[in-house]
Amino acid sequence: MSETTQSGPMLSADGVPLKTSLARALRRQKIRALLLISPLLAFVVITFIIPIASMLFRSVENQIVSNTLPQTVAMIADVSADEATTDEMLFRVLYLDMYRAVEAKAHTRLGSRLNYEKSGISSLFRTSGRKLEDMGEDFEDFFKDADSGMVKGPFWHELMQGDGGEDLLDERLGLLTDLTSLEASDDLGFTLSGEAAALLPWASRAYADWALFTAVVDEDDVSKKKPWAGVYAALALDLADPATQSAVAAYGGSGAAELQAAVANIADMPATGFRAYFEDIDDKWVSGETWALLKVFGSQYTSGYFLNAVDMKLTPDGIEQRPDNERLYLKLFNRTLIMSMVITVSCILLGYPVAWLLANLPMRSANVLMILVLLPFWTSLLVRTSAWKVLLQQQGVINDILVWLGFVADDSRLIMMNNSTGTIIAMTHILLPFMILPLYSVMKTIPPTYLRAAKSLGATNWTAFWRVYFPQSVPGIGAGSILVFILAIGYYITPEIVGGTDGVFISNRIAYHISSSLNWGLAAALGTILLAVVMLLYWLYDRIVGIDNVKLGG
Amino acid sequence: MRATGLAGLTSAKTKKGGTVAKSSGGNAFVEFQHVQKSYDGETLVVKDLNLSMPKGEFLTMLGPSGSGKTTCLMMLAGFETATHGEIMLDGQPINNIPPHKRGIGMVFQNYALFPHMTVAENLAFPLEVRKMGKSERDEKVKRALDMVQMGAFGGRRPAQLSGGQQQRIALARALVFQPELVLMDEPLGALDKQLREHMQFEITRLAHDLGITVVYVTHDQTEALTMSDRVAVFNDGRIQQLAPPDELYEKPQNSFVAQFIGENNTLEGVIKSIDGDKCVVKLDSGDEIDARPVNVTKAGERTKVSIRPERVEFNKSRLQKGAHTLKAEVAEFIYMGDIFRFRLKVAGNNDFIVKTRNAPDAVRLTPGSQIEIGWLAEDCRALDA
Repeated sequence: MSETTQSGPMLSADGVPLKTSLARALRRQKIRALLLISPLLAFVVITFIIPIASMLFRSVENQIVSNTLPQTVAMIADVSADEATTDEMLFRVLYLDMYRAVEAKAHTRLGSRLNYEKSGISSLFRTSGRKLEDMGEDFEDFFKDADSGMVKGPFWHELMQGDGGEDLLDERLGLLTDLTSLEASDDLGFTLSGEAAALLPWASRAYADWALFTAVVDEDDVSKKKPWAGVYAALALDLADPATQSAVAAYGGSGAAELQAAVANIADMPATGFRAYFEDIDDKWVSGETWALLKVFGSQYTSGYFLNAVDMKLTPDGIEQRPDNERLYLKLFNRTLIMSMVITVSCILLGYPVAWLLANLPMRSANVLMILVLLPFWTSLLVRTSAWKVLLQQQGVINDILVWLGFVADDSRLIMMNNSTGTIIAMTHILLPFMILPLYSVMKTIPPTYLRAAKSLGATNWTAFWRVYFPQSVPGIGAGSILVFILAIGYYITPEIVGGTDGVFISNRIAYHISSSLNWGLAAALGTILLAVVMLLYWLYDRIVGIDNVKLGG
Repeated sequence: MRATGLAGLTSAKTKKGGTVAKSSGGNAFVEFQHVQKSYDGETLVVKDLNLSMPKGEFLTMLGPSGSGKTTCLMMLAGFETATHGEIMLDGQPINNIPPHKRGIGMVFQNYALFPHMTVAENLAFPLEVRKMGKSERDEKVKRALDMVQMGAFGGRRPAQLSGGQQQRIALARALVFQPELVLMDEPLGALDKQLREHMQFEITRLAHDLGITVVYVTHDQTEALTMSDRVAVFNDGRIQQLAPPDELYEKPQNSFVAQFIGENNTLEGVIKSIDGDKCVVKLDSGDEIDARPVNVTKAGERTKVSIRPERVEFNKSRLQKGAHTLKAEVAEFIYMGDIFRFRLKVAGNNDFIVKTRNAPDAVRLTPGSQIEIGWLAEDCRALDA
């Protein structure tokens, strides 16, 4: 129009490029639209997207091993499982890690987690937790005999309190916060002496663990309390070292007298073999299998849950299929998919004629029929499913009638429940409205003149229906099928009640892992796979049928 | 005369055989005998319909909505059954023949083109259900598309076509299987005026070229007058008059037809005397006029006289000697280009319309002027009251 259009971008009346002013004009509309939907958006994000994301995350998350036994896991990363079984150093580190975990009551959680992968581990951790204390008490008794002041809080506080050990203290604090997820306050009421840390490396670590736990978790005064028995075991470890013995002799700081007294009696001190001690608790601790397990599941993220969900397992030798008698989930996925398809097809077969009637009957009768279709919606799902239970069971209404009519002998009543038949019957009934309604709303838009036109062109009733009416109702079938299939694949209550063992779906297994076995990681992996399967099928459907061909109405 | 594209369609018709009219009682091809139709068992939508049409005729059923014309069409097509009476097609009663065996082509009001098929598939549909071979089918579809000048549109979907194009396809589909009888249910109702006029012409041309019999339903009287061989005017479930368009317009048989077809002036009065094909009517205003008695029989009967606006004369010299005249006052003058239109106040009727052609010697009457008007007695028809 104007000359400016010939060169450069089109300008609006005030000289601003047209695109800019258009964008500015549209921006306000967009913001207003966004404000309108923001409550819903917030609701969806908080109650839907975040929980789903966290569920998906749970299926790979595996921080429990490395959080509970952080230094142990770090150490075995570089050694083989068999080397680990003979490494005394490793058992010392394990002792400190375990002690902290036992105090924080985290060892049983770790035990249950690892029990998913190998049974028996749970009890190993539980018994070890109980016995860990005993070893410390043996040493505590020894130190008490050497100098009774050593088993009192002030001795330890004076020995360990000081400056220069900040790095070590921070390291131990990091381990504790990873384990308990508690935030430490800035003032712990305790600082670690660098001198003590250098003199007694194990004891200072154990004491720091205790002091931090007391300050952060128990919120007590560190200076007054007596430390855990484990700290004595660590001290014994230090004093058993000849190098430390001579360093103690030269030491002149606080607590020097007591330490020197203990060194003087060192011959009476119980042996400090930590590996032997753990072997004594349970010889599983010196078995390569246990360490291999810790090695495999020591990483922060794991594919273990997913492998589990497809009947595989992660072993030290790589990924393996589970033995036949442990395979479950692939069969369940398979059954869920097949039965959902059967249910969807039954819904199409039963729903299509009803939808056709709804769309073609006169208004009055159609309204009555519509109420009948919607009636199940107004009844509780649980009530409907329980009603099916009454109908389908062997002493139930249907069997009674069949027996009474003589179709079935009294001693061979049909088994229609606690198997897949029951699930299919009840779920078809429950999901039928979800098929009928989209079908109806699509059929409502197909004018009856099409059928008349087809007949006037020479088509029989069947041809007119099949060639002209049916293709136009396919979008309704598509919408109904997607709805029913996706609802069916995640259905839980009905298979739970009427499904028995042969008729349960994967969702029942998910529910079991969420509420009974508490294996949330596996439940999350199963849920994630289910979600992926649904999305894959949806994608396939889009490729084959085209999502444009899905109409919920109009 | 016949377009080349049509040659195949029409010649194939005789080949197929079975199309030679089996005459039964004259040359009636479609016949309604005492047909009645009721939907609710209480009122009759169609009351005693009798109609017979010869082969090749273009008959229009015209009437206001609810007059029963579409019901008649649907009974003929087989989508409704007659409550009483017989419908004959080519001498055969068809009451018990299902629609798909009647072999009647039909064009629907909203075209009813199948949206999920292409244009070519739509056209092939009637041939396919008749189990015709693919090559023959393609041939016929192509010819039918050419016939409606839509040859290039075979691959399109109906939704991609304009209203006029869809109309042509619907027409081609109704004709492609060479029916001898084609029914059209207000086929041009959804088109704009210009396209409608064009399609009116096309449909009549095709009907005549192909020699098919057409029953056409409309409520548009212009359509009815311009297209048909005969028009059946429906009202209240009956045919009010069945006549060629000119007769219908010039010689309406009753006041409904006179009112319904074209523009019409009505004056009410009583028959004063009847003398053969002339009568004198004494109007309610006291004036007397000459008229031709149509469905009045004796003096003293009330009547409505009907006179077309273009037959009113206000140039006294053109009237017959001794003819009655009426005083009139010009109320309005409307210039319409090709014609002038006057609204007059005559004998108590304030909407008396007169039309004159915009000829060089035409008089432009100014509103308010007093004139005298008259007419030839045979143009003024005394009808039922």
